Amino acid sequence: MPTPAGVGPKRTALHAVHKAVGARMTEFGGWDMPIEYAGITQEHLAVRTSAGLFDVSHMGEITVRGPEALPFLQSITSNDVSRLSIHQAQYSALMYPEGSAVDDCVVHRMGEDDYFICVNAANTDKDFDWLTKHNSLGAELKNVSSQYSQLALQGPRAAAILSKVTGVDLAAIRTYWFRPADCCGVNGILARTGYTGEDGFEFYFSPEHSEHVWNALLEAGKDGGLQPVGLGARNTLRLEAGYALYGHELDENTTLLEANLGWICKLDKGEFLGRAALLKQREEGLRKKLVGFEMAEPGIARDGYPVWVDGEKAGYVTSGSPAPFLKKNIGLAYVPPAAAQPGHEIMIEIRQRKVRARQVILPFYRRPK
Amino acid sequence: MYPEEFQYTKDHEWIRVDGETGTIGITDHAQKELGDIVYVELPKSGDAVTAAETFGTVESVKAVSEIYSPVTGEVTAVNGKLQDHPELLNTDPHAAAWLIRVKLSDPGEVQKLMSAEEYEAYIQEAESH
Repeated sequence: MPTPAGVGPKRTALHAVHKAVGARMTEFGGWDMPIEYAGITQEHLAVRTSAGLFDVSHMGEITVRGPEALPFLQSITSNDVSRLSIHQAQYSALMYPEGSAVDDCVVHRMGEDDYFICVNAANTDKDFDWLTKHNSLGAELKNVSSQYSQLALQGPRAAAILSKVTGVDLAAIRTYWFRPADCCGVNGILARTGYTGEDGFEFYFSPEHSEHVWNALLEAGKDGGLQPVGLGARNTLRLEAGYALYGHELDENTTLLEANLGWICKLDKGEFLGRAALLKQREEGLRKKLVGFEMAEPGIARDGYPVWVDGEKAGYVTSGSPAPFLKKNIGLAYVPPAAAQPGHEIMIEIRQRKVRARQVILPFYRRPK
Repeated sequence: MYPEEFQYTKDHEWIRVDGETGTIGITDHAQKELGDIVYVELPKSGDAVTAAETFGTVESVKAVSEIYSPVTGEVTAVNGKLQDHPELLNTDPHAAAWLIRVKLSDPGEVQKLMSAEEYEAYIQEAESH
């Protein structure tokens, strides 16, 4: 949604709606976004046990089209775009030559030579510039972020709620597939994707319908416990699910292998930006490794806190928080690869005090099948 | 909303003075800003606190917040209930969720703090920005 002229953070088309219900707002990625409505804990639990509705219209969207779209995307993303069927999506990364990510993203194959990439809000301009700079093949690139609102409906009841406002056979949309769809009388792109660790959907559509779709979904879910959820719970939900957040687990100084994202590095798909660096690192070994931990003593790890291993300051926390569903204090941290071992103890430095934590297998939370 | 018998700091703490003893807590405004409070770190009885210096920490799901002492003195009591029930700070910040009691070194310090009326004007001003 175009932002009103003037300075200050951008606003989604639902900004006034959030303010009207008393959401607490905060700046995130250059946008003034709802961080919480009823409270992070309550919103988090709603998504784990029934359903939550998120305004994630700050996310960026970039289209790549034409006969050169596939070879171009193959050359600049880490995952194998050629494996995508039409109406299938994949988690991937836009790459630097060093094997680190410009951004992590979801690539959707809309048609034969037609791709739609969802990227992080704060990185949208950087991503588009990077794509443009490396587009020597001449694929047709457009930053279409202002043409889309995006709502995420997440939780075990998401499909049941959505079925009330769409005629689409939702059972036919498997995880990480999508289709053009009418929801609440509005045409858009309906994807079975999300960032919470739950089943759920993300709907991309024209911003002028935002208020109508938001209200219609809340109405459809009001008997099912659906509630609006802000970015605060979005962060605790993704952390419990062990998902990376750009700027925390991922940045230009961290390779995908170090971030446990080897599974989106298809090193055998052919040449791509960063492939040589990743191959070299696979030979020579990682500099650091991302691990999950639980606090073993009272204390909450937070982003940036130092990590001590065997009496030495050896790493840092990338995300740390109380986990509202698991009822533990958890976090992600980079440690030396030799120290990365589930069950092994590390110390988190909290206000000049070293507090014991235990490494655990990721993800912290996996939804029941 | 804000008790008349308290004095308030710009950092959103309150103090209620009875003779030489002050009871200290965080304001309703502070707990609302923090959101769901999940962890509290407080000093021990006998520890010294200094006006305008930090004496503890309150953490919500999303944030860490230092607590500043409105006065100088010695801690005489700590609210032990908050260790197991930090959420009391959200539900009853002006009464059940007091943080510490302090024997005041200089009762005159309290005069520098804000009255309830001044504090309400102060937070309204802050919210309008």
